[in-house]
Amino acid sequence: MEKVLHSNIRTAARLLLEKHIKSTDLLKTSFIKAKNLKKYNAFITLTENEGTSQAENSLQRFQLDKPKSELDGIPIAIKDNFCTNNIKTTCASKMLENFVPAYNATVYERLQDSGACLVGKTNLDQFAMGAGTVDSIYGPTKNIWGYKEGSEEFYISGGSSGGSAIAVSSGACFGAIGSDTGGSTRNPASYCGLVGLKPTYGLVSRHGLIPLVNSMDVPGILTRTVDDCVSILNAVAGFDEKDSTSLTKPYNKIRLPPFNKLGVQGLRVGIPIEYHSEFLRDEVYDTWNEIANILEKYGAKIKQVSLRHTEFSIVCYSILNQCEVASNMARYDGIEFGLRADNHSSTEKLFATSRSLGFNEVVRNRILTGNYFLLTRNYEKYFNQALKVRRLISNDFDNVWEDVQVLLTPTTLSTAPLYKEFIQKTNRDQCALQDYCTQPANMAGIPAVSIPIKLSKNGLPLSLQVMGKNLSEPMILALAKFIEGIVEFKHFT
Amino acid sequence: MIQLTNMIPFNNFKSIKRCYSTAKSKKWKSVVGLEVHAQIFTESKLFSGSSTKFTSPVNSNVSLFDCSTPGTLPVLNKSCVEAGVLTALALNCNINPVSTFDRKHYFYADMPSGYQITQQRSPLALNGKLAFQVYTPGYHKTPYKTEVKIKQVQLEQDSGKSLHDDDRSLVDLNRAGIPLMELVFEPDLKDGEEAAALIKELTSILQRINTCSCKMEEGALRVDANVSIHQEGEPYGTRTEIKNIGSVRGVAGAVKYEIERQIKVKESGGTITNETRAWDAASKITVAMRDKEELQDYRYMPEPNLPPLHVAVGPFTRGCVNVEELKNKIPELPEETRVRLKNEMGLSSEQAIVLVNDTALLNIFETALEKRKISPKLLANFLINEFNTMLNKLDKEAKDIDTSPKFYGDIVELLENNKINRNTAKYLLGKIIENTKETPLEILQKEDLLQISNEEELKEICAKVIEENEKLVKQYKAGKTKVFKAIMGCVSAKTKGKADMGKCEKLLKDMLN
Repeated sequence: MEKVLHSNIRTAARLLLEKHIKSTDLLKTSFIKAKNLKKYNAFITLTENEGTSQAENSLQRFQLDKPKSELDGIPIAIKDNFCTNNIKTTCASKMLENFVPAYNATVYERLQDSGACLVGKTNLDQFAMGAGTVDSIYGPTKNIWGYKEGSEEFYISGGSSGGSAIAVSSGACFGAIGSDTGGSTRNPASYCGLVGLKPTYGLVSRHGLIPLVNSMDVPGILTRTVDDCVSILNAVAGFDEKDSTSLTKPYNKIRLPPFNKLGVQGLRVGIPIEYHSEFLRDEVYDTWNEIANILEKYGAKIKQVSLRHTEFSIVCYSILNQCEVASNMARYDGIEFGLRADNHSSTEKLFATSRSLGFNEVVRNRILTGNYFLLTRNYEKYFNQALKVRRLISNDFDNVWEDVQVLLTPTTLSTAPLYKEFIQKTNRDQCALQDYCTQPANMAGIPAVSIPIKLSKNGLPLSLQVMGKNLSEPMILALAKFIEGIVEFKHFT
Repeated sequence: MIQLTNMIPFNNFKSIKRCYSTAKSKKWKSVVGLEVHAQIFTESKLFSGSSTKFTSPVNSNVSLFDCSTPGTLPVLNKSCVEAGVLTALALNCNINPVSTFDRKHYFYADMPSGYQITQQRSPLALNGKLAFQVYTPGYHKTPYKTEVKIKQVQLEQDSGKSLHDDDRSLVDLNRAGIPLMELVFEPDLKDGEEAAALIKELTSILQRINTCSCKMEEGALRVDANVSIHQEGEPYGTRTEIKNIGSVRGVAGAVKYEIERQIKVKESGGTITNETRAWDAASKITVAMRDKEELQDYRYMPEPNLPPLHVAVGPFTRGCVNVEELKNKIPELPEETRVRLKNEMGLSSEQAIVLVNDTALLNIFETALEKRKISPKLLANFLINEFNTMLNKLDKEAKDIDTSPKFYGDIVELLENNKINRNTAKYLLGKIIENTKETPLEILQKEDLLQISNEEELKEICAKVIEENEKLVKQYKAGKTKVFKAIMGCVSAKTKGKADMGKCEKLLKDMLN
């Protein structure tokens, strides 16, 4: 059964359909696996009650030969910043440590409707503010790659959706939902050797996702294979009336042909020079080159392009992020939900104490800076200026689509860093470095997918990113699948 | 609450006038601007599906969004946009084809998200104007017309309510997220009566287009007034803001008090500080609100969860509501009604104003006139004088009475056709207000109240009165003509007020001379 867990959704679905295995057994194995792999700290909450009852229902459907979809009976995990009815949703924060929502995020609702079974809620940086899954009140999530039993040292999983990434790469589930604001899904995908999709902004509903930056947040998908990613995307994408920014255009389910029917003949692939950062590690650079050459060999037209404003993306993002954070965090005052401090001397005191107890320093810093940028006297200089720069970055992409159909870039500048090295830099500096290649896609709202290519010399995954214009998921996923077929990345077993 | 439209007993006239003349110092000019928060009359809230019912138990109209549960998102209620556009059109505003929402940040226990969603940068509508009549019976000799410009109309959320006890504070979120229209008027008014008249006009308009209940007692319409004074030819003075005035008379009173207060401060050498004041309706004064913390910076930011609001202006279909379609939905507005009442029905300006100011009274008037030929002027007179006086005595308003409007028409018809006299008319009026079932005619028949107008019968009665009141007749004949009234009184008493007194007067005079 454990082998099934390490296979892909299509294989598992066939085994379930042909009654070789039972949904309940599959999920049970997931829980055993998750518990055995506790040392990686992927999960905040294991949802045995919910998951088991979902698996029992699934089993009944299979007995009647009426599965809901190809996801029926498939164990999945969800990042702990998506609200789940009656299940604690903590955002890895003191503030929401005991928060139990009374509703389901649309993403989870749709997964449930397609028959998927919830294994648990996964670890993240507090309120998704981070790029390492190190700033969690539950401790860091450790990377499964390069992990040495008994050693103090470990590599980070990347973040902020590190818990979701490790849940999938460890084989505790087939897929997991993350969120992606500046790279939070693609970054851990890159470090953990997974496929990580950031869909077009508005394609997947944000209803129930506890926001970081509303104008950039998207639910992301982490899987081991591109096909698995497509299966999950097909279940969660499409208009949701509860999210006014979700796209009204009807979603057509994506069907990718098998690898041997895929080709890249004539595909115009752009290589943006600005992504060749001074901090880009040689191994990543070489991998990038290697894949570009392979694609060219298969008939793709590789073209060097320029996205001139890339270097401003990070500082621009930092301002917009902190402003929206300052605003979004204003609701955590200890009145309606969340942590309430035991200081009732005045309403203001209650607010202040609850907030300083409930938020870590990273969150508090962002709130402070964000509020500074939003002051009337600073608004034009910072926030509005950042909006203008964002427009320029977005225009860069619009212009580049006149030349090429997709962009091929690194996802991260290096392989997963060691924890002890990672924490030498501040959260802010790390985000600036970690999000360098991923963050522009969030500025422009375009879809991007990270694909594992191979292992580095020291045995850590190296990954690349494919970006395309809005709603080009079918194309970038097809290219991802093509690359996947060529490189045959060996997943962790 | 006594409405302006109600008749003020005559002996009050003088005292009001006296206040007015002392308040109005010749050298000072006062400038008044209003900001009105009107709750939109809808079933559900601005961004959630919760009910807006005023009488619901505490914290029962609260959706997950209303208590700002993390992860919930606003979804704009289309009917609020319609109401906003309709209102803006009725106020002759330019509708913005694209408007946007902003977050206005401040911490308060009854503002669960820590910000209010409003329209600061690009509101729903701009640059309107409204002409209206200013006329407070007893205050102004004659009505006059004035105009106010509307700076903008914006949609925003209402806050919840905080209730403070001695040792604790409680929060009720039923009101949180109720749709509001904020109407910002330019400072084009000169005193409290103009401000009150504007609010009355606005109330009639909003009630007619059904976008706000305007129940000020429920807080459905709340008024902030900006007041400043200056001397002719000089720039405007520092203004103060009076927050949350809860009645039409409150608006008049608060503004008047504030103008007088500012004049007093200035004339005693003081300076006016820019401050927020509250109207104490009981003691009829404005008081500075608890030391306002240093100027709040609301840190406005575009609301990222709501796309720009598109309103179709002109022959387009893009947008969630269409201006042209809504234009056709606008019924006759108060000013149009006043013109119609004057031009088509021959009412005086004063009558037209009083009727239009009281929606319920106007409804009685118009329904009573349907399908019958009575003098509109007589009916208006009867309603404005007799009916309103009676309501005043009962401490009620026209809207509190559910008698069929036709009954008033019946009475005036009987009066006009000489079937009853004025006394009986008043008597019947009192009856139908109390008992809403019986028609005036039924009451007449039951109580035998029809006017006696048969001349023979009247002659007989008059003869009898002369016979029974020898003394009076003697005095009259001796030249004391004053007693004629007393003799008439006897006739009235004998017929229990039913005699056609006009005829009787003539008959008596003939018989006595």
